Amino acid sequence: MSETRREEPSASGAETLIDSPVPTGSSPAASLHERPFSSGKRGDDIPDGEPLLEVDQVTLRFGGVVALNDVSFTLRKGEIFGLIGPNGAGKTTCFNAMTGVFRPASGRIRFAGETVTGRKKHEITRMGIARTFQNVRLFPEMTALENVMVGADSRHKTSVFSALFRLPRHWREEREGRAKSMALLEFVGIAERADDLARNLPYGAQRRLEIARALATEPTLLCLDEPAAGFTPAEKVELLALIRAIRARGVTVLLIEHDMRLVMGVTDRIVVLEFGKKIAEGTPAEVRDDPAVVAAYLGVPADAA
Amino acid sequence: MSETTAVTKGKLRNPLRGWYANLPRPARWAVLAAVAALAYLLPYVAQVPIVGPQIITTGIDWSSALFNMSYYVLLALGLNVVVGFAGLLDLGYVGFFAVGALTVAVLTSPDSQLQTKWPWLAAVPVAIALSLVSGLVLGWPTLRLRGDYLAIVTLGFAEIIRVAADSTGFLRGDRGFSKLPHPPGTYSDGKPIFGIIDATPYFWLGLTLVILVVIGARNLERSRVGRSWLAIREDEEAAEVMGVRTIKFKLWAFAIGASIGGLGGVLFAGQPGFVNSSSFQLLFSILVLAGVVMGGSGNIPGAILGGVLISYIPDRLRNVEVFGKDAFEYRFLLFGLLIILIMIFRPQGLIPSRRRAAELKDRAKEVQA
Repeated sequence: MSETRREEPSASGAETLIDSPVPTGSSPAASLHERPFSSGKRGDDIPDGEPLLEVDQVTLRFGGVVALNDVSFTLRKGEIFGLIGPNGAGKTTCFNAMTGVFRPASGRIRFAGETVTGRKKHEITRMGIARTFQNVRLFPEMTALENVMVGADSRHKTSVFSALFRLPRHWREEREGRAKSMALLEFVGIAERADDLARNLPYGAQRRLEIARALATEPTLLCLDEPAAGFTPAEKVELLALIRAIRARGVTVLLIEHDMRLVMGVTDRIVVLEFGKKIAEGTPAEVRDDPAVVAAYLGVPADAA
Repeated sequence: MSETTAVTKGKLRNPLRGWYANLPRPARWAVLAAVAALAYLLPYVAQVPIVGPQIITTGIDWSSALFNMSYYVLLALGLNVVVGFAGLLDLGYVGFFAVGALTVAVLTSPDSQLQTKWPWLAAVPVAIALSLVSGLVLGWPTLRLRGDYLAIVTLGFAEIIRVAADSTGFLRGDRGFSKLPHPPGTYSDGKPIFGIIDATPYFWLGLTLVILVVIGARNLERSRVGRSWLAIREDEEAAEVMGVRTIKFKLWAFAIGASIGGLGGVLFAGQPGFVNSSSFQLLFSILVLAGVVMGGSGNIPGAILGGVLISYIPDRLRNVEVFGKDAFEYRFLLFGLLIILIMIFRPQGLIPSRRRAAELKDRAKEVQA
């Protein structure tokens, strides 16, 4: 019964949704009012190099503080994109706006041509945006495998009814989910810890587990929030390889990172934020030589630090 | 995977649980079947030499006490889905119990204004469905609330149901509904199986329902649904970002808990054939919640034990004289004491869930830090 039920867009999200249907397909009913949200994945059909995520003049305030001020940039399919900036520049806020945690005061974020702003978090995940957290947020009392299976469940349809009566769909999805999750644990390199509780994993493995969990939702775009925080240089090198391997799977990567060398080494393009404003955008080489960026990183006024 | 979990479980200090977890699967089923079979034989426990007479209740007949246990266990199992699995504090569980009991009463009793006088079997699905709907109606607007706030709203809900039952003529308040029909079925000599005098068939019915609910709850726990509940309990926001439809699954927990509560109400109203508004006191919700917490929140065997305790202890105390008074009078004093002792020495409950125990430990560490 729940399999056919669709959630209505919430009243608060309605005004941002109404203007959104961008002609991605040819659905005649779509022109009249918002299509019912379908949990399908978006962006698979976009060729590499075309816009995947468009952040369009987004402003976000917390009380009187402007956390994001008229920020615009575009992520292209298949690239590794860096979002950098000094502490408090609004990187994570930007992330949170993309994944539905915060709603911008104005502006719009579109993913594969469809508006993301105002959507529920789980809907955004199902559209194909997955993320990790700056401070690891696993389900600590679940095993590593179960953590990943929660992510895999986002593509499953087993309802209370089929779980209750152990219908074939339950068995099939449990089996597939487990196999897929094991494969992902293998991919990030912690398969041997599959049955350990997440809280008992070493820090590096927890970070990898978070990436595996996010990948299990089958994203088109994976957002990594400071994945190298607290890593040793050796671990960072491994992480670089992992990020490249993720891109090789066809997943576009958005990377927030402090470590300049890591960002410069792996990204195709970079946007630099400072005090909630975009101050530069370009290839790593362009950004590195940008005077505004140099000033932001080296010559920050003392009162702003 | 099942082997490895068995090994991790085997590391627990509890030798009984370790022994059970390390059994091969068919042997585990055999143990469960044996336990169920023994449960069906409980009405004859008085005939066991020496121990039997100590176990049975003296103040009320043993089969009635067993029947009481069966619906208390049912309620504890239902509340365990809400509180234990999904982590939602529900203080108004008696409300759903009342909806179940009153629906059956209104539809079947000759005292009802409706005068439908349905047979028992026809009323039961309606009662369960209405309880489920009442769970959805309460849950839909309130499940955005968390923790304490949700608890207060559910408390209010139960009071609304009670006051409504008390003061609307349709629901007959204190006068209640009498002559509720019993389930169908007769013995070979034409006498009905289910009746007021002997509660044993009702106990067997209750026990059967308990077994079905246990199977259902276990199936849900070990599925996508149970995983989602667990993820919500551990980190609601992270769960939602991982694609878990948190509101939907919380609502399901509420609805499932409510329908089991309604089923408990149906049983409760059935055996004595009478139900009135005084049965739906707030204390009842608290008692069932206490049972779940004492037994071990989030664990099915724990909920069963909790349900048995909250029902058996008061019934066993009847007619036992302490300081010139019936010990039954002291039951809440005793409960208070018991809860305090359990919370001091075994805060995770008597038969805790592995995860719940770990969560509790973590929280204790956070408090100390």
